[in-house]
Amino acid sequence: MADLTNETDVITYREAVAEGIARELRRDPSVVCLGEDIGAAGGVFKTTAGLFQEFGKGRIWDTPISEQAILGVAMGAAMTGMRPVAEIMFSDFFACCWDYLANEIPKMRYMTGGQVTLPLVVRTANGGGLGFGAQHSQAVENWALAVPGLKIAAPSTPADVVGLMAAAIRSDDPVVFFEHKGLFASKGPAAPDGHVVELGRAVIAREGTDITLVALAATVPLALAAAGRLAGQGISAEVVDLRCLVPLDMAAVLESVGRTSRLVIVEENPYQGGWGGTVASVVADEGFELLDAPVRRVAAACVPLPFADVLEQQVIPTVDTVIEAVTALTAY
Amino acid sequence: MTAVDTSASVVSAEELLALYEEMAVIRRTEKAAHDLFLSGLVKGTTHLAAGQEAIAVGASAALRPDDYVFATYRGHHHAMARGASPAECLAELMSKATGVCHAKGGSMHLTKASAGMLGSYAIVGAHLPMAAGAAWSARLRGSGQVAVAFFGDGATNIGAFHEALNLAAVWALPVLFICENNLYMEYTPIGEVTAVANPAADRAAAYRLPAEILDGNDVVVVREVVARAAARARAGEGPTVLEAKTYRHFGHSRTDPASYRPAEEVKQWLSRDPLDIARARLEALGVPAESVTAADERAARTVEEAVAAARAAPGPDPGTALTDVWADGGSAWRT
Repeated sequence: MADLTNETDVITYREAVAEGIARELRRDPSVVCLGEDIGAAGGVFKTTAGLFQEFGKGRIWDTPISEQAILGVAMGAAMTGMRPVAEIMFSDFFACCWDYLANEIPKMRYMTGGQVTLPLVVRTANGGGLGFGAQHSQAVENWALAVPGLKIAAPSTPADVVGLMAAAIRSDDPVVFFEHKGLFASKGPAAPDGHVVELGRAVIAREGTDITLVALAATVPLALAAAGRLAGQGISAEVVDLRCLVPLDMAAVLESVGRTSRLVIVEENPYQGGWGGTVASVVADEGFELLDAPVRRVAAACVPLPFADVLEQQVIPTVDTVIEAVTALTAY
Repeated sequence: MTAVDTSASVVSAEELLALYEEMAVIRRTEKAAHDLFLSGLVKGTTHLAAGQEAIAVGASAALRPDDYVFATYRGHHHAMARGASPAECLAELMSKATGVCHAKGGSMHLTKASAGMLGSYAIVGAHLPMAAGAAWSARLRGSGQVAVAFFGDGATNIGAFHEALNLAAVWALPVLFICENNLYMEYTPIGEVTAVANPAADRAAAYRLPAEILDGNDVVVVREVVARAAARARAGEGPTVLEAKTYRHFGHSRTDPASYRPAEEVKQWLSRDPLDIARARLEALGVPAESVTAADERAARTVEEAVAAARAAPGPDPGTALTDVWADGGSAWRT
């Protein structure tokens, strides 16, 4: 594996996934990986490339196409002293093992009165933009958000992938780790040695004074592109990258809205039941007096994801739809 | 079905008397749970294991204290066989702070992690992969532990059963899959909804796993068969599927009078009560009747005291509704 410790290096988001996992495998012998095609094949998205070669089959375990077994096995191992990192190839496949994500993993500590600890990570490739159609393109972070007891990370940059992966694997709570398919080829500065990004800490991706854009994962570069164009129209947009949905850094959102007095939430999951609804409701509840305009959500249309690019662009947020929402609000 | 070895060498009188007393405690605890439910002191539902005590007690006697057990919502017997006290189990059923899960789990989720009893699961079949995972963990750590999943006949028709057996076989994990075949999938005879006669054992061959059908009402048989399978697992020879034939004395759950079961069938199985079988074995071993009576009396006293303790215990502090979602003890989801 390439030496990625130099801060001046640039790496891809895809490489950052493997790097983040590799760093934890090196520092903690209880970390172990399992999933479909993650071993010699390096993962269907090559997000585990090099791990099998460095750590061998005692740490990197190929599984059958058995999503229930993958998460059930991870859960049993987590309860008994290991820190498993399980891969569910596409987040759409959460539906095949939803019992574990909804009924088992998030509830076991609580319903045993705190007897059981589940230090496990469920990694998955999430989101659209690659033309995989309705069963391989969904942004399903809102599914996980609907279940109390799961922590949720969804990084937007390679460095955050490494830093949040470290925090997720070291966490004694179960973490669902969304890797965005549309970002795998994107590049950014490599993470410094020992880089850890605490779960539940948003970051200001771009400072601005007129409006706050709250974004997550692939909608962060989208919001940044929109902010760049808006600057040309004389609108100064601040972009808040949530980085996690649980814990949800509402303090950072409220603080930003306090400065800008306007809020647009940019989310890839459907408007119906999307995470932006939670953000908007907290702002309505606790930040009403900070606002000079209604809150707008730019989210996916409430339809299955279509195949053709031209159709998909009609469904998920685009730079244009973000700009449209912002322009309308600044004129309010 | 495995032949019963009645030779004295299989079990000593002393050991068997101890197993008998454990079963007697479980039987009386289940009866107490039933009575407490009828008097309105247990809410929700209960799935009583009276009649199936020999499987839990026999298996537990064959395991190491650090082995892992995963059970179903019909799991009171497994919790107690692994060391949860009748008092903390009954207190859990009665929503008391002293409950084994501090009144957050209830009848279907009895868990005693400190005794390796890693949970009772109310989604059918979900825990089979978990047991495989605990076995995987034991192998990765080189601990020599085995994991056991106990499940009902109904679980053999759900996907997780098949995913778990296949993966455990491929990875040669030290795990035992023990089916408690009590002939009914909830209210429906298992044979009416299953393509094979022995729902667990007949499926094992599909995964090239050894299987054995045994008398689940004979605690001595259970102990011997489980000990053999555990030894195989510890020796690195992989999983075993065991199918223990048994019968529940009560209905599926508290609201089920089990009127769908033919009277003749019920009568026949009640004549094969695990406590009676153990008593007959004790007699054959020359244990005096008064020793058995003394064990019964001790069991009765244990359960009476457990009921009294559970009744007297305080309810949970309402504030604990918001604790223990996370490892830090809290439930905060936002800043």
